[in-house]
Amino acid sequence: MSAVKKQTEDLVNVQVDGHWIQVKKGTRMIEACKQASAEVPHYCYHPKLTSPGNCRMCLVEMGMPPRPAPGQEAELDNDGHAKISWMPRPVIACANSVAEGMGIRTQSTLAKECREGVMEFLLINHPLDCPICDQAGECTLQEYSVEHGKGESRFLENKVKKPKNVDIGPRIRLDDERCVLCSRCVRFTREIVDDDVLGFVDRGSHSVLTVHPDKPLANNYSLNTVDICPVGALTSNDFRFKMRVWFMRETKSVCNGCARGCNILISSRENKIYRQTPRENNEVNSSWMCDSGRLNYHFLESGARLTDPMIKKGKSHETVDWPQAIRRAAEGLLKYKGDEIAIIASARMTNEELYLVRVLADTLGTRNVDTLKCHGEGDDYLSHEDKRPNTNGAKVILKLSSPGSKINSIKRDIESGSIKALLVYGENIASKGFDDGVLSNLKFLVTSHILANPTAKLSGIVLPGAGYAEKRGSMINATGRLQLLNKAIEPPGNSRDDWEILQDLNRAMDGKDFIYELADLFSEMASVVPALKGLTLSGIGEKGVPVIETGETIPLLEREAQRVKQGLIAG
Amino acid sequence: MEVSRELNKQANEYISHYPNDQKRSASLPLLHLLQQEHGYINEESMNWVAEKLDIEPIHVLELGTFYPGFRQTAPGKYHIRVCRTLSCAMAGCYETMEKFCEVAGIDRSRVTHHNPIAVSEDGKFSIEFAECLASCGTGPVCLIGDEFYESVNAENVAELIEKYD
Ligand code: SF4
Ligand code: SF4
Ligand code: FES
Ligand code: FES
Repeated sequence: MSAVKKQTEDLVNVQVDGHWIQVKKGTRMIEACKQASAEVPHYCYHPKLTSPGNCRMCLVEMGMPPRPAPGQEAELDNDGHAKISWMPRPVIACANSVAEGMGIRTQSTLAKECREGVMEFLLINHPLDCPICDQAGECTLQEYSVEHGKGESRFLENKVKKPKNVDIGPRIRLDDERCVLCSRCVRFTREIVDDDVLGFVDRGSHSVLTVHPDKPLANNYSLNTVDICPVGALTSNDFRFKMRVWFMRETKSVCNGCARGCNILISSRENKIYRQTPRENNEVNSSWMCDSGRLNYHFLESGARLTDPMIKKGKSHETVDWPQAIRRAAEGLLKYKGDEIAIIASARMTNEELYLVRVLADTLGTRNVDTLKCHGEGDDYLSHEDKRPNTNGAKVILKLSSPGSKINSIKRDIESGSIKALLVYGENIASKGFDDGVLSNLKFLVTSHILANPTAKLSGIVLPGAGYAEKRGSMINATGRLQLLNKAIEPPGNSRDDWEILQDLNRAMDGKDFIYELADLFSEMASVVPALKGLTLSGIGEKGVPVIETGETIPLLEREAQRVKQGLIAG
Repeated sequence: MEVSRELNKQANEYISHYPNDQKRSASLPLLHLLQQEHGYINEESMNWVAEKLDIEPIHVLELGTFYPGFRQTAPGKYHIRVCRTLSCAMAGCYETMEKFCEVAGIDRSRVTHHNPIAVSEDGKFSIEFAECLASCGTGPVCLIGDEFYESVNAENVAELIEKYD
């Protein structure tokens, strides 16, 4: 027997399946049930979108304490709460809010019958092509059919035929027979990305989702509709028919397409990535990500991947083993002193890697250390104009107040011959003004890349590194959040995780003890970088931690917060 | 798309009935106007409405396809709508329909849910079934253009058709 908790300013008492809980005033019934760990099946409801209440899957039984007659006391139950009188009809849990003393039954006969009924209607015209449907395994129609369906069909008439395999945009296909008309995709395009191109045409059982004939679904966020579609109606051209979802391993990581650092899940099997999907983080990307970031992983499979360390012999490169490559790189750099050496690092590198660059620069005694500034087009949603994921990491770790500002002077000094040796890590500088004419002034050039490129071609030594999905490490995004990258697949061939390469290079010069765990390297870094003070690698967690104040806000999140305030979405 | 001056004027008049930020409410009246002028609405006319009201074309498409009252293919010179709801069905509207087709030379074999209108070869008559026309006691009933006829049995179809040329 639980004691009655008093209703406070912003909390109300609600009974869910017989248990009393306290939830915030204004909470949707469906969210209150979630807090009480009572699952309410639903299709159209999505916490980041408005609730049209059109699928009716979330019907539950609801009751309120009757208002006592004048002069009468409310009748109390054993718990001391006012007795609930149950309504004879069900209500939808997604669009109604809780009230003090409300009772919700998600498992009553009425609620169960409602679900069965809704499921039966949804399946009437459904093609039941699960065996060839990409959504199988993560389809709520499938799941709810098992849990709440009747198990057999009473339908004797012909199913309505609808369009299949419809090309609605460059990255998405639509199967109208699978669509349950929940309108999530329509609301996403309308409410989140202001690209109102989807809608329902015709009516009744002939109703179909469609895209306007003159306006394809082509915006840079279109693939989010595939994620939120509860069934297999919207499928991604990139993923469809490639892999069964239950075979894939999911790795929590961070997109490296721009400085936003959207949280992602990388789905892979046997060392191959099949898709990337957004992972909810309400401080970074909400539940979304952009299409270009999502599809960016393909470069990791490029035929241009460098898979072995190489040393230039005459006009071409020949493959060597790692110890030889590292030794030659260290020797090459140590021939020069202090500012005769320059290092161009990349804001694509993790904090740990950048820290090793800093140690290296200290050992060599050079002040010529910078990263490239790479700005492109950003937008009003998530995509950031800074196309490097870790510019803030480069700022705090390499102590650069304005990354990229020393690049011109480095270039000049190379041209004048005062800089004689250059280490480039992870940037194709040949396409950024450092062409053959500039780089041929150098006595020694060692570079590290993922893909073969003109800079690698000009380098004396080439060290093949790992892509963002092939390594672990931390980065700091545009809003100053420290986030964790995790390794989903192995780097190909003899290419290696970059922190190991950089550590080898450092140790070949300073002879210090090796660190064997990335976590230890992080702790060493945290002890000298003020912004990271007291942090540990494992302490970063799945959602990251804020470490610096950048004053930047995220336009899309601002608007979502506004809609939460207005009560339009649950958030 | 070109529309007549009068239509444009009338459209502006309808739009002025609604608050400036709710121009979308004029979608239906505008679609009706266009159907009156052209006999039907098509993608072009729906886009015209969208542009006129400053809304996304998909909204007009949703609306225009929802109501069977909006024809999406061109009807004949005279458009016949035969009621097929229960009372009229019981009073013999299917025979009436057959007779209309026979007399007017219309082939309904290619009619589907999405394409309900059949037009005679000479383009003079077109026909479709309609739902209850609200005169259930005097079925079968039909509309030819905007004119309403009651008790249209197969026997009096030919006589009726003759009135139109
Ligand atoms: S395509 Fe998917 S998300 Fe869109 S309405 Fe249909 S079921 Fe819902
Ligand atoms: S917005 Fe940036 S971080 Fe987010 S998915 Fe796109 S490229 Fe990746
Ligand atoms: S979730 Fe669709 S009506 Fe509630
Ligand atoms: S049933 Fe035909 S007019 Fe009502």
